[in-house]
Amino acid sequence: MTLATATQPTEARDKAGVSHSGSRRSGPDTAFHLLVAASALLVLVVLGGLVVLMGVGGSQAFRTFGLGFAFRNVWNPVADQYGAWAPLFGTIVSTLIGVIIALPLAFGTAFWLTAMAPPRIAAIVGTAVQLLAAVPSIIFGMWGFFTIVPFMARTVQPFLTHHFKHVPGIRFIIHGAPFGTGLMTAGLVLAVMIAPFMTAVMRDVFAAMPNMLRESAYGLGATRWDVMWKVVVPWSRSGMIGAIVLGMGRALGETMAVTFVIGNVTAVGWSLFAPRSTVASLIALQFPESPAGSLRLSSLLALGFILMLLSFASLALARMLRGDTK
Amino acid sequence: MSETTVSTNGWKPNPRAARRRSADHLATAFGMVMAGILVLVLASILWTLLSRGLAGLSAAAIMKPMGPPGSSSGLANAIVGSLIQTFLALLMATPLGLGCGIYLSEYGAKTNRFASCVRFVSDVLMSVPSILVGLFVYQVMVAPFGHFSALAGSVALAILAVPIIVRTTEDMLRLVPTSMREAGAALGATRWRVTLSLCLRSAKTGVLTGILLALARVSGETAPLLFTSLGNQNWSFSLNRPMASLPVTIYQYAGASYEDWVQLAWAGALLVTMGVLAINIAVRVSARRG
Repeated sequence: MTLATATQPTEARDKAGVSHSGSRRSGPDTAFHLLVAASALLVLVVLGGLVVLMGVGGSQAFRTFGLGFAFRNVWNPVADQYGAWAPLFGTIVSTLIGVIIALPLAFGTAFWLTAMAPPRIAAIVGTAVQLLAAVPSIIFGMWGFFTIVPFMARTVQPFLTHHFKHVPGIRFIIHGAPFGTGLMTAGLVLAVMIAPFMTAVMRDVFAAMPNMLRESAYGLGATRWDVMWKVVVPWSRSGMIGAIVLGMGRALGETMAVTFVIGNVTAVGWSLFAPRSTVASLIALQFPESPAGSLRLSSLLALGFILMLLSFASLALARMLRGDTK
Repeated sequence: MSETTVSTNGWKPNPRAARRRSADHLATAFGMVMAGILVLVLASILWTLLSRGLAGLSAAAIMKPMGPPGSSSGLANAIVGSLIQTFLALLMATPLGLGCGIYLSEYGAKTNRFASCVRFVSDVLMSVPSILVGLFVYQVMVAPFGHFSALAGSVALAILAVPIIVRTTEDMLRLVPTSMREAGAALGATRWRVTLSLCLRSAKTGVLTGILLALARVSGETAPLLFTSLGNQNWSFSLNRPMASLPVTIYQYAGASYEDWVQLAWAGALLVTMGVLAINIAVRVSARRG
């Protein structure tokens, strides 16, 4: 929300050097300082604990299967053989599908909201989109389960199989029985879930551009699209990338919206319409039935560790692309 | 006027201008279609939620506890469980988040390595997948004690709420003008007095907004509760035992094959969404007024 705006006064104050002149510290002052520093330390400890415990818990799996655990294509609780490749594949592909679908939706809507819509309607739709970004993810999961899954199973998949069954290349992507669950369905639900969020961020970024630039471009005879593509987009590139990567981060770790619609089969394949699983959905489903101390539990924790690294990497990427070195 | 007639005399259709205009038309259509699709899809979600949720919503759904399929059961214990756990989570997260936010804004200058580290970690925590928080709390608070507990669920929710409170508290305190702090110091107030009675008080609305947003975020979370408070079919007010919560109940009931459970799941989903939206709308209205 105020992430972008609040950094400016910081710099001004840091230059003035006012807030951190700790020269007059009495007893209560020191105590207060210690108290707030301790709460800051606690936040640090929590994340540290999260990373360490996930790594320690998963160490048994990493020791048994080696670092190749991440690329082993097997998840067989009966034979006690585990590998992260199938759920990782599901997570990455469903996230990519989600972002690819959500990006034009979010960009187009933000474009419409900032450049075309009548102000009153833009205000209403903009607020509605922002509010919907706050809807809990389980709602999107339920909606996907009861609306998208039957639609895919009864309409989309039979249609695709009927018309593209013999087209080389596409044949492999649409292969599979019409269950309705799978990577495509998960991607769609993820797209619907992250699109309002990305739209809200993009709209803020577009609206933050000084009007002077816009007016100058119009004054030179630019069309609406010229202004958008040659002035607004370059000006707000870093903010847009931030929005995309943040949306990606949400999709990566999403559990509830995906668990309902992914089908939960640990397999890897070309078909986008066959049931698969993701890291988060596999953890949610198999963790309760994994006995403490078992290799299976350790493998799930190792999966969690890898997911943590992925989400960490996406955040680092967002910061790097934004050129934000704070 | 005469100038324009002169210039239009030698006017020829410019292919580049025509191309730009058609690109503009295309982009306009694209923007409108995309906005239309997004609005329609979101409206369809709300419509599904309302129509199916209202059908399942009744006095019994709110007043009666959960029960086996076929008996006229409700969601009362899940609603109360959710309220208890979220409230407890907020009770833990608010002092911690406020303390950390105050530290970052009042003592954490840009040159302070520890503060930048905490700031970064808090951002990381904000984007950590919520199911991993559930796993973490399971290892710390469930596995060692050998049983699931409502307290563990609240801690998991609190971990998700803290970074939001930290972020808004820091941002809002930084918006307080330096002159205000100087004025306080000039009057002889100690630093903690200045921080608490001047800065925090003038940033009150913003800080409260952060807490409310954290509440909204946390009250719909399901994944961190799956392995911590687990869920419970019966009434339970003990923090030391598994406790039902609305999102987990929705998750369990929505996938069930009993028609009345599915209806209850929709009713629960409607309740959760309305709660979350009401908090967000309240935040917006108060922000506009403030």
